[in-house]
Amino acid sequence: MAAEATLTQETPSKTLWSGGKSPFNVSWGKMMMWFFLVSDAFTFSSLIIAYGAMRHRFAEIWPKANDVFTHFPFIEGHLPLAYVGLMTFILIMSSVTMVLAVDAGHRRDNKSVAVWMFLTIIGGFMFLGSQAWEWYHFIHGTEAGAYIMQDGAIYRDAANAYELHASNPPAGALVSPSNELITDKAAIEGIKAKAEHIHGANLVHNEYGHPLFADFFFFITGFHGFHVFSGVMINIIIFLNVLAGVYARRGHYEHIEKTGLYWHFVDLVWVFVFTFFYLV
Amino acid sequence: MEVNQHSAVDVHEAHAHDEHHHGHHDHDHDHDEGNFFSKYIFTTDHKMISKQFLITAIFMAFLAMGMSLIFRMQLAWPDTKFPFLEDIIGRWGKDGKLDPGFYLALVTLHGTIMVFFVLTGGLSGTFSNLLIPLQVGARDMASGFLNALSYWFFFASTIVMCSSLFVESGPASGGWTVYPPLSALPQAIPGSGLGMTLWLVSMVLFIASSLLGGINYVTTVLNLRTKGMTMTRLPLTVWAFFITAILGVLSFPVLLAAALLLVFDRSFGTSFYLSEIFIDGAPLDHMGGSPVLYQHLFWFLGHPEVYIVLLPALGLASEVISVNARKPIFGYKAMIGSMLVIAFLSFIVWGHHMFVTGMNPFLGSVFVFTTLLVAIPSAVKVFNYLTTLWKGNIQFTPQMMFAMGLVSTFITGGLTGIILGDSTLDINIHDTYFVVAHFHIVMGSSAIFGMFAGVYHWFPRMYGRMMNKTLGYIHFWFTIIGVYGVFFPMHFLGLGGVPRRYYSNTAYEAFGTFIDINVIITVAAIVGGLAQLIFAFNFFYSIWRGKKAVQNPWKSNTLEWTAPVEHLHGNWPGAVPEVHRWPYDYGKPGAPDDYIPQTVSYAQTPESNTADDLKH
Repeated sequence: MAAEATLTQETPSKTLWSGGKSPFNVSWGKMMMWFFLVSDAFTFSSLIIAYGAMRHRFAEIWPKANDVFTHFPFIEGHLPLAYVGLMTFILIMSSVTMVLAVDAGHRRDNKSVAVWMFLTIIGGFMFLGSQAWEWYHFIHGTEAGAYIMQDGAIYRDAANAYELHASNPPAGALVSPSNELITDKAAIEGIKAKAEHIHGANLVHNEYGHPLFADFFFFITGFHGFHVFSGVMINIIIFLNVLAGVYARRGHYEHIEKTGLYWHFVDLVWVFVFTFFYLV
Repeated sequence: MEVNQHSAVDVHEAHAHDEHHHGHHDHDHDHDEGNFFSKYIFTTDHKMISKQFLITAIFMAFLAMGMSLIFRMQLAWPDTKFPFLEDIIGRWGKDGKLDPGFYLALVTLHGTIMVFFVLTGGLSGTFSNLLIPLQVGARDMASGFLNALSYWFFFASTIVMCSSLFVESGPASGGWTVYPPLSALPQAIPGSGLGMTLWLVSMVLFIASSLLGGINYVTTVLNLRTKGMTMTRLPLTVWAFFITAILGVLSFPVLLAAALLLVFDRSFGTSFYLSEIFIDGAPLDHMGGSPVLYQHLFWFLGHPEVYIVLLPALGLASEVISVNARKPIFGYKAMIGSMLVIAFLSFIVWGHHMFVTGMNPFLGSVFVFTTLLVAIPSAVKVFNYLTTLWKGNIQFTPQMMFAMGLVSTFITGGLTGIILGDSTLDINIHDTYFVVAHFHIVMGSSAIFGMFAGVYHWFPRMYGRMMNKTLGYIHFWFTIIGVYGVFFPMHFLGLGGVPRRYYSNTAYEAFGTFIDINVIITVAAIVGGLAQLIFAFNFFYSIWRGKKAVQNPWKSNTLEWTAPVEHLHGNWPGAVPEVHRWPYDYGKPGAPDDYIPQTVSYAQTPESNTADDLKH
């Protein structure tokens, strides 16, 4: 046996991968979570790349997010990016509280874990509520609306074309799909006679421009929102387990770390969604 | 219970890990003696789950093969009536004539079932489950529960897919790739109605199954290898399953995205894949998207999928060929490297399915280049198989016959791949029987041959009994004659311009002249199909009546043959064996036997050690 031991002895650099233990020093559960997240990242990437490709293809008639998402609760006026900035801040803060929950778990401080998990859940619900509010305004649309022709061409009311506000367009003027201002009364009446008056966006029409903008917006933010919702549900289960002292008895809080990974991933995805839908 | 036990494992304490495993085993031994349901149905034992996958896949394979025989008969004898059709498929075969719409449904479901349910779920599900834990020296998969869940998602998706055969408008009929707008508009053809919805639901369930299986396989290979089992001591089977699982984890989520967007286009009025479409002269009220977007998303999965199907078969063949040639596999590390290269390339070649979509010719030529690169690692693999056989002490067992059959079809089909990979040539034979011939030989036949090799080889490991050899030989010869009889002539149909998926070619003067070839193909298909009944009989008969197997019937080196013939939930009654060498010490000069199992240390084999061995 001694001879065998010398013969099969491994050099220290090789022992990580020599079997009998995890080469990355992680449990199978955490490793599976990582691979699941890699997989999920591919789903989101393909959706965002599809969005990018279609946006590039229809670049001329693609709506500008700054014209679409301009509202803020209780405040009048044109405030692009403000509300979604707040939403994003809330979600990132919920990641911070999640980090603190994981950290408290490492210290095996059951009470702190419960507090930080609770705050994370609150942050998640606030984000979901904000998203519902954002959807509501997008679906509801503007008062002036837009006129959609049978071939899909969209004539916006000039009141909604914020890029023209500096030049004070007359009330009732329309903006053509190629962003030309139409002020001629007869032309406007002609368009209105042939077109359908629509407000807001849904999966079929979009008063702000190309319908794919709305399709992708609803699908991707909806898919992300579904992830956030699932994350909140998982967080609630974990929170209840913490209150029941399950992990305190078990002696480790690895479940918090795993849900934490998921939660941070969902936040990270939102950063990309935010970037590609609102910022660029 | 199972889940909690596993998650209690603290990786920081290797000692505790061992103790855990012993405790785990005792616990599951009780489990083994449970009732019928806990043993056969709701099991979390990887060996039983592997059998569940295999039996389900065999059932689905017969279903899909039966479909192909029906549409082959239509192609060979378009004017003949087959009254028995009405007995099998009812109003779809009224007066013995196959309904043209149902012909398309049969083609679609044949492809879907074979690709996903037999060669993905069936092949990976069966052999990754059986062999990963046994060959890396693990008690079970990382998560037995998620593994069982993977099977149940798979089972649910087969049920949904089969149920689409019974809806009034018929199953999905747009081809296995379900391209929109045909698949997106329920008003397009009857098969784009409820049948298409069920197809999509089934695929979403299948993707969930594949994901659960995949993350389990990857994690098990990385985390649960026994002591001494370095990555370069893994059998090539495990390497193949490992790489396959990674491919699945990275590519199926993209199919999920594609399928979900299609669901929205079909059911919720979006227009992701719908460009300007006019129906009865009136424009569709939702439009503005692009059907090519779907093709990009689909083939980003679709091409890796080809290797998800093929790599496990190549891995199984590597093991079977080495064992039965009684020689080490030639170029072990080159085999791993070539699989890794194939896996990488599989993600950057999807455009070669789309040369005629109006793609920029420059982009097309990039895809031609990456596609032709695949020939290099593929050729490495082929030459390694051939050099393993060279001067080997070849045992012509049925599994060896099938493994060599795989090498044969892999070469034959691979050569036509070079033709199809080149856009200037592909454009001429695009969508013809040449394509059908190519992928059925290189992917379909090779993969199914690998699967047969695996079943014959590991049957004693699965059921503790041997399959009948004579029936195995008969099965092999009829199968390979059937395969070449069906697909070899198809190349000529394709070169003659005969398009795929047509219900009848006799309406066209140019294609009607090939009717004799179609008859030959169909006769070969029927012969090959009947041969599978021999396999089915051999398989099921041997489960109960086969000759009892000894522990290591093929004199193999790998760990699965060190476990007792009787299945234990936990695999080994005592400690998990340790590994001291690579798995391919066959016919080693100086050794008394022509094989040295991985559990034998170099200290026990001073007579055969080489200078290289002592470096390890």
